[in-house]
Amino acid sequence: MRFPTFGRLAVAVCAGALFALPALADTVRFAWLELVKDARYDERRTFFRTLSRAFGAPVAGAEVAMREARFVGQALNVEFKLERFDGADANDLLAHIDRLQAEGVHFFIVDAPAAVVAELGKATRGRELLLFNVSAADDALRQAQCQPHVFHTLANHAMQTDAMAQFLVSKKWRSVLLLEGPLADDKLLAAAFEASARRFGLKIVDKRGFVLSNDPRQRDQGNVGLLTAGADYDVVFVADTDGEFARSVPYRTVLPRPVIGSEGLVAEGWHWAWERHGAPQLTSRMMKQAGRHPSSPDWAAWIAVKSVVEAVVRTGNAPFDELVAYLASDEITIDGFKGNRLGFRPWDRQLRQPILIATHNAVIERAPIQGFLHQTNNMDTLGFDRRDSQCKF
Amino acid sequence: MHLRIRAFALCLLLSASLGSALAKGTGYVFVSSENDNAVTVLDGKTYAVVKSIKTGERPRDMKFSADGSKLLVVASNDERIDVIDIAKLEVERSFGVGDDPEMFDFSPDGKRVYVSNEEDAKVSVIELASGKIVAEIEVGEEPEGVMLSPNGKHLYVTSEVANMVHVIDTSTNEIVTNVVVGNRPRRFAATPGGAEIWVTNELGGSVTIIDGSTHAIKGTVSFTPKGFRADDVTPVGITMTRDGKTAYVTLGRANHFAVVDVASREVKSYVLVGKRAWGATLNRDESLLFVVNGLSDDISIVDTKTNKVQRSVAVGRVPYAAVIDD
Repeated sequence: MRFPTFGRLAVAVCAGALFALPALADTVRFAWLELVKDARYDERRTFFRTLSRAFGAPVAGAEVAMREARFVGQALNVEFKLERFDGADANDLLAHIDRLQAEGVHFFIVDAPAAVVAELGKATRGRELLLFNVSAADDALRQAQCQPHVFHTLANHAMQTDAMAQFLVSKKWRSVLLLEGPLADDKLLAAAFEASARRFGLKIVDKRGFVLSNDPRQRDQGNVGLLTAGADYDVVFVADTDGEFARSVPYRTVLPRPVIGSEGLVAEGWHWAWERHGAPQLTSRMMKQAGRHPSSPDWAAWIAVKSVVEAVVRTGNAPFDELVAYLASDEITIDGFKGNRLGFRPWDRQLRQPILIATHNAVIERAPIQGFLHQTNNMDTLGFDRRDSQCKF
Repeated sequence: MHLRIRAFALCLLLSASLGSALAKGTGYVFVSSENDNAVTVLDGKTYAVVKSIKTGERPRDMKFSADGSKLLVVASNDERIDVIDIAKLEVERSFGVGDDPEMFDFSPDGKRVYVSNEEDAKVSVIELASGKIVAEIEVGEEPEGVMLSPNGKHLYVTSEVANMVHVIDTSTNEIVTNVVVGNRPRRFAATPGGAEIWVTNELGGSVTIIDGSTHAIKGTVSFTPKGFRADDVTPVGITMTRDGKTAYVTLGRANHFAVVDVASREVKSYVLVGKRAWGATLNRDESLLFVVNGLSDDISIVDTKTNKVQRSVAVGRVPYAAVIDD
């Protein structure tokens, strides 16, 4: 879009009427940090389209948000820039951060597993920068490992399992058979679900470990029929962060029961089939950018950029401290296309958000589910409320 | 659609919209229903269903031609506008308007239609006489509300994603200024002569008031109906009395509408209606307000003297807009 000179002037005057006039042509830079090799996006695995895993590397989400920011950038005379950097490990990424921060970059979007996010958070604490975690759902990052400058836009496991527990309670499907995988991440997810079950009054009738194996000696752990026999339950919750086992569970259970958790019915921050609040348009922009359907990390990357842009707009591109104070405050209104005003929890910097309960091609419900109330914000019935928080900044 | 037929239809339309004084209407209430692919016609006195007119897919915004003989309906999924003949109560013609159209407005002379294309982040400008899209104006993502200034010089467009109102010079089709408003701006109303432009902010829970000549922000009206959290107050629809003294703003999830004194910016009352109240339309003598409730599939008919709901009437599935031919 071209602007005649008088147009620019009018824009500046208009913006100035609302906010302090920013200095001419300020640039707000975002640095995207990713691993050279991130197993989570290995195409041999992502082609399964496992419901609970990323469909691909989420940088497209951030790119869509950059494009959406162009008019607001013009109105404020601020240029938003997104640059992409990768590294073999946390040390490499840290070197990028050191260099970029010296150049004046404040906003880093980290697309890496939890261990890397934790390490970067620890190493950069106290510096004039923010890290946005867009793809690690681990609860520990919001609890013991939390950092005041690490903002989480991806929903964590506890939010997902609380949403699922609310759904089960609302359906009166209260007894659950829990299948837990062998990976450390599977145990974390299963533990999150067990906590949600306690919180919302579900009964876990049995917890059984599965292995991905055809070994006859491990038959009772590898065969879905055997794994789901000898108990009665309303649903089967599969805690399988890898996803390969989970996708073979539906329809192989002994009893005709729905499969939830990592497959079947999942609790996610975004789903391409969500069709309210402008969602189809966002999904279609993301599909154009990524060449595939979007999943939760795409949304998390998108809203990380959007959050900063919103803070820049509403503070008139204020100095860093002021901008961060606004970003972290209850005053901010972030539009996540899920119907609610979103903002970050002050106690752990997790983005409050509704969670979509969905199958492979339909959104069945949106949590917080009607009737689950909270004294201040119903979205705080999902995940770590202030009283559950072990985070100390 | 054959070009010749289309041109003919548009010529008809054009002459219609340039017609003389408005004839007395049928009294019918027309309600578009997104999921029914139909416009429901209600009797103006009994509110009984007279007819359901089949339209293109996902009918949304509607407006009468200037002489009142035609009703234009945006059929979003079919990317066209259907022209309903009021006398026959059927779609007589259609013309294409660009990707995923949502709302539209006429130029004051009735020669052009400006349509927001939600999917494409564009406004298409359609010359009625030729039936051609004569211009496409790039705007922020998810444009929705479209309104011409009374003198036709400026076009106002909301971008739900960019949180701004684009002010476009209609002689050049260039954006002259971008006004940052509240979050998720949706629709417009204007005081007489376009002195003040009111825009609803769905997620911001407010209305931003823009000066029609300087395009500076003059004020904000916030809505706090009792018993609702800020998150549940989502203003979308807005209409104003012709004298510019009273504005009616529908509050979406709060299931209420607000009555606002325009001069003082004060909310005079909140009135309970149906679920997800969006559309708001006054009848000609402004004695009745029709509120369209998208998620309870009905409309609430409100006496504007007492601000009491007289009755609610079931219509089609996911109703979007109501207009009254009186």
